[in-house]
Amino acid sequence: GPGTMSAPGAAAAGGGRSGAAEWGGFEDNVQGGGSAVIDMENMDDTSGSSFEDMGEMHQRMKEEEEEEAEGEAGAAEEEDGEFLGMKGLRGQLGRQVADQMWQVGKRQASRAFSLYANIDILRPYFDVEPVQVRARLLESMIPVKMINFPQKIAGELYGPLMLVFTLVAILLHGMKTSDTIIREGTLMGTAIGTCFGYWLGVSSFIYFLAYLCNAQITMVQMLSLLGYGLFGHCITLFVTYNIHFHSLFYVFWLGVGGLSTLRMVAVLVSRTVGHTQRLILCGTLAALHMLFLLYLHFAYHKVVEGILDTLEGPNMPPFQRVARDIPVVSNAVLNTTTKAVALTL
Amino acid sequence: FAGLADVSISEDIPVEGEITIPVGSRSPDEDYSTLDEPVRDTILRDLKAVGKKFVHVMYPKKSSALLRDWDLWGPLVLCVSLALMLQGGSADSKDDGGPQFAEVFVIIWFGAVVITLNSKLLGGTISFFQSLCVLGYCVLPLTVAMLVCRLVLLAGSGTVSFIIRLIVVVAMFGWSTLASTAFLADSQPPNRKALVVYPIFLFYFVISWMILTFTPQ
Repeated sequence: GPGTMSAPGAAAAGGGRSGAAEWGGFEDNVQGGGSAVIDMENMDDTSGSSFEDMGEMHQRMKEEEEEEAEGEAGAAEEEDGEFLGMKGLRGQLGRQVADQMWQVGKRQASRAFSLYANIDILRPYFDVEPVQVRARLLESMIPVKMINFPQKIAGELYGPLMLVFTLVAILLHGMKTSDTIIREGTLMGTAIGTCFGYWLGVSSFIYFLAYLCNAQITMVQMLSLLGYGLFGHCITLFVTYNIHFHSLFYVFWLGVGGLSTLRMVAVLVSRTVGHTQRLILCGTLAALHMLFLLYLHFAYHKVVEGILDTLEGPNMPPFQRVARDIPVVSNAVLNTTTKAVALTL
Repeated sequence: FAGLADVSISEDIPVEGEITIPVGSRSPDEDYSTLDEPVRDTILRDLKAVGKKFVHVMYPKKSSALLRDWDLWGPLVLCVSLALMLQGGSADSKDDGGPQFAEVFVIIWFGAVVITLNSKLLGGTISFFQSLCVLGYCVLPLTVAMLVCRLVLLAGSGTVSFIIRLIVVVAMFGWSTLASTAFLADSQPPNRKALVVYPIFLFYFVISWMILTFTPQ
């Protein structure tokens, strides 16, 4: 009787809608157990209604289904049960429509979910207090002494990200006060591209080398280490873009740049085993870090007009520009300084 | 098949009644009434809302009106006017030393998005568009500064004008930063306010730098 039919119908529909449950009862009777295969002959025999009624029923079901799909794009799972419950009722065409609606809804839901989930993936790397950030900034200038057991690196991304943006701001200031002319691209684009390119590119490269040299460091830790190493760059550039003495720059380059490089190198050494590996890894990092500071100073500082095309010239030796930059008065001083630097490097 | 007679598509089964979904897309009655009003009323109402928010920015009190009904008209107008005013300045005639229109646009919106994401990642309770709205509206003092700078530059471009411009831009930069922190910092846990304020400071610093270094042709 009706009681035995409505119970399995409610189970098949799964939702809280009494309309669906009753429909489910009908489907159950038609197909004998809620299978997905539609048997048209059976349906014709047992429906008891005319073909026109079947068409009308099908149309109404499709409209209701579309309304449902639009209204609840996020609740794909709930709809799933309902769809399966009502699927058998409308035949092949109806099932295709139902499938399409479900695919669209599922795609929307998964896209929204992955977008939200991406933010959540980054959340633990931003879990810091201001005191911690300040402490890490100061620590990044102090080389560690103990290189015999692995030094701890905080895997945090807030500090490095803010330092990269600060470097971008300082670079813009330096480019503007020195009237840098960029032929292709814009000032802003060049600054952002340079800083982010260095941070992400060199981190990945050193991480790859660390993988080759069996060093114990993860990608996030490498990003964090290099990011905090940019603190020394920020200080140096901030001072020397405003006080234009080349000798002062060299002092800062060796002193401040050298300290932050030493710290990064010491941390990496503590996490690597084997002399050759340590040499490769730390030599590369030290060279890249110091050369980047040199490049930032000379590429964006008091350059003669028209010559600079910063997108294509990161490998230009800086000493050529030194000769052009300097006013005639202090040529002698600068020549000796250049020779001294050439000797040290 | 006796039971089938009950389960038919006749009127007794209230299928349509079940399927109506009260998700909120069924707008309340007042929405329908605003469709019939003259366009002038709609525009004036929106303009009044934008104007009220401008007043809120210029005199930042702790009110939640800016946050509650956020809209992006004000930020769009401010961004476009700032970008337009920053046109026509260059170091050479051939090479463009000033920011392009698209550059200013991208900086403002990309910077606002980054700050919003940062404050959300740090555990803020404010929503994405509310934060964009506040940051966009707080560009208003800097737009005023740009206007003043252009007027000062019409008079001349010597050291005196530079000092005047510097003072004006620094004052407006401070005002912008204070106004936006007044709205945004409340949504953060109390010990992390400094972490959220710093990127806002950098953002308005970059915009102020673009305004200050603007030199007309």
